[in-house]
Amino acid sequence: MHPSTRRFPSTTIRWSIGLTGLLAGLILTSFAIGAANIGLLDLLQTPEGLELFLISRVPRTLAAFLAGASLAVAGVIMQMLARNRFVEPATAGSAECAALGLLAVTMLMPTSSIFLKMIVSSGAAFAGTAVFLALVQRLPPSQPLLVPLTGIVYGSVIAAITTFIAYENDLIQYLSIWMNGEFSGVLQGRYELLWAAGLVALVAYLYADRFTIAGLGRDAATGLGLNYRQVLIIGLSIVALITSFTVITVGMLPFVGLVVPNIVSRFHGDNARRTLPLVALLGGILVLASDIAGRLLRYPYEIPAGTVFGVVGTGVFLWLLFARPVHAR
Amino acid sequence: MITIENVSFRHGKAPVLKDISLTIEKGGITALIGPNGAGKSTLFALMARLLPLQTGRITFDELDVRQSPSRELALKLAILRQITSIASRITVREMIGFGRFPHHRGRPGNHDREKVGEALEMFDLGDLSGRFIDELSGGQRQRVLVAMAYAQDTDYLLLDEPLNNLDMHYARDLMKQLRSLADTHGKTIVVVLHEINYAAAYADRIIALKDGTVAAQGKTADFMTEKTLSAIYNMEVRIRELDGKLIALHHA
Amino acid sequence: MHARKLLVLGVLAGLAILAYMTIGARGNWGFILSFRGTKLAALLLVATALALSTLLFQTLTSNRILTPSIMGFDALYVLLQTGLVFLLGGLGYAAIPADAKFAFEVALLTGAALALFGSLLGSGLNDLFRMLLVGVIFGVFFRSLTALLQRLIDPNEFAVVQGAMFASFNKANTQLLLVSGALILLCSLLAWRKRHVLDVMALGREQAISLGLDHRRELFTGLVLVSVLVATSTALVGPVAFFGLLISALTYEIIRSQHHGDLLIGSVLISVIVLVGGQTLFERVLGMGGSLSLVVEFLGGLVFLMLILRKVRA
Repeated sequence: MHPSTRRFPSTTIRWSIGLTGLLAGLILTSFAIGAANIGLLDLLQTPEGLELFLISRVPRTLAAFLAGASLAVAGVIMQMLARNRFVEPATAGSAECAALGLLAVTMLMPTSSIFLKMIVSSGAAFAGTAVFLALVQRLPPSQPLLVPLTGIVYGSVIAAITTFIAYENDLIQYLSIWMNGEFSGVLQGRYELLWAAGLVALVAYLYADRFTIAGLGRDAATGLGLNYRQVLIIGLSIVALITSFTVITVGMLPFVGLVVPNIVSRFHGDNARRTLPLVALLGGILVLASDIAGRLLRYPYEIPAGTVFGVVGTGVFLWLLFARPVHAR
Repeated sequence: MITIENVSFRHGKAPVLKDISLTIEKGGITALIGPNGAGKSTLFALMARLLPLQTGRITFDELDVRQSPSRELALKLAILRQITSIASRITVREMIGFGRFPHHRGRPGNHDREKVGEALEMFDLGDLSGRFIDELSGGQRQRVLVAMAYAQDTDYLLLDEPLNNLDMHYARDLMKQLRSLADTHGKTIVVVLHEINYAAAYADRIIALKDGTVAAQGKTADFMTEKTLSAIYNMEVRIRELDGKLIALHHA
Repeated sequence: MHARKLLVLGVLAGLAILAYMTIGARGNWGFILSFRGTKLAALLLVATALALSTLLFQTLTSNRILTPSIMGFDALYVLLQTGLVFLLGGLGYAAIPADAKFAFEVALLTGAALALFGSLLGSGLNDLFRMLLVGVIFGVFFRSLTALLQRLIDPNEFAVVQGAMFASFNKANTQLLLVSGALILLCSLLAWRKRHVLDVMALGREQAISLGLDHRRELFTGLVLVSVLVATSTALVGPVAFFGLLISALTYEIIRSQHHGDLLIGSVLISVIVLVGGQTLFERVLGMGGSLSLVVEFLGGLVFLMLILRKVRA
């Protein structure tokens, strides 16, 4: 037998156990630190402390985990649909479109419900990502790096439109909240949309096989009797929903969807059925860790998790660009 | 039985296929040959529903390619295109497992796993089963794809130039395996081939396309005449018999 | 033919300047002229610096898509500023004499830029898209790092230096204007003297070597010029990612010449027309003072996408 035979499933389980342990540690750490400098045990002993714990620290921890996990899942799905390892909601204009839709609905109907905002911004993210995928179809497969490059510039063109409109209408402040991911404003009652994002990520798991097959290419997918168009639409919807939910609640967290799937793919391959749980777990862990680091680095001031992750994420991206010979995709 | 009725296809304004009608009987290997640009791959893509039919009709037994759901067709025919760049990091076993997807739709049972094991063994891939596809050589990858098509377990198997990327050894192995699929498993195999001598050695029937029309067709022994081949390829082709096999000499 | 085009461009640039100085002016002319004159000087300097730096950079890398800004050049500048504040503190930063600081910045930036682009250029110009992507990501990386450092700086100190880091046209410092004016003039003259060398450099490394140029040296001096120009313009107005690209694309489209003599002059004139004319339009006519850079960003981004798609098809 070849030494590598059957190696992968068992390491997948080992990784899951290790990561779950790490996650538990991070959750405890996240529970224990806050602006009010009170130890975890003291906090839980008074009713006010318990309330603070439940209203602020628990939601914040959950929000960071949910946002990271679902964004990482959105990244994997985009990479399979675009058949390119370097795309994610922030390098394909999805997040920028979600912000544009959100801005439009905020301006045109200032009193609109969160539900309507969600619908409009998801719709915009869907349309924007679809345009990106159509654009990508025109690029030669022999130039894989052209895809993220085009996506980044496409995103910045949309961001310029958004900023222009916001600037002319004195809404820049709103915009900066959506554009910069951070968790300091997360309280009970203001982050629950992220549960929906998590739920959407779970739904993605039901379609894991179909996404993997779509990642093999249109012809192979057709040969296996897959309704490629349908899978494409489902995938786009999942990406759009997750992106807009996170943009609305905590703001953009660029590079989560790019870095996490690439790390997991290196060690565990691309079979979504097996890797999706790992991707979600690792995404949640990294964002939670970034949030914790952001809280500790300059205590008692806070650094947004998006800023911390921006440095880590771009660093890892550069490493991926240099370390991996980019063949085929 | 595969029936192709009055199929024409235009790419923009240029006609690629001109009113083609063919029947391919059940069982055995049918080779589709012809010079570059004859329309072989287009006909293949139409049969495999990778391109939408513009006019005409193609059926596999009772299934109409245009009307039947893709999912049902996937239980009737498996396709293998000229090797596409698959860069997903998927293990060999998983990849072949996806051949079972039309049957289990995401919930593999014991029978599916057995079938995958069978395919691994049949195509001599047991040692590679845990390796990622993108770590394999071109020939190994091609074998995996054929094994995957086998695992799909359909009556019909369509292959578009499967010998690309294969050296002599694996090319012969693959053709032998196709032969045994046809002979012992009763599959109907249609294979687009570039090299006439592979067709001569392994196919039961040969269909030649030229300029978008059927230039000639027939049982292999009847097809392999100097006159027919010379006309198809617009050059002198001589045919010799060697150890009881017909060989086309087209290098001279 | 080119002389006539350049003449037309020159007249248009003159008109743009005239419009900028006079439209909507009311009251004391002496005050208006000196007030607007300072801003105009800043605009002209920036227009020149951005046009020349992009053109030079594209020639040195023999392509027409790259610009120093897309490659993360000006993000690097802002990072250096922030790094200085972080290391020296707000007071220490403010205590550095302006001239010395400027010289130090330009030197540091040039060094860093040479390290970055030198390694990229050495490792393979052939893979243009990889280089572009690496540049873009470096840009994002520098910006993230800047954002992180800014958060790490004491908020009180940060407020003190924020103004100094993101100067805009409205508060161009006269002394800085003089220094940067001198630098930009010097660079322009050097570029002008090198115009024939640049014609050859544009053919690519192998051609340039085979035609007897010391490619490494020319590349080095060229990149130094680019670094100084970008550093100066960024010091004056802050980052403007796609402006240079917009100008160079327009220049190639309008001038249609391979001679850097024509290209250098043409790009500066076009840059002045777009920047001064655009500023006049937005500030005086439309009353939207701060939006020009956004419009430029938008148009430049579109041009970039178009160039990429065209390049792919070619």
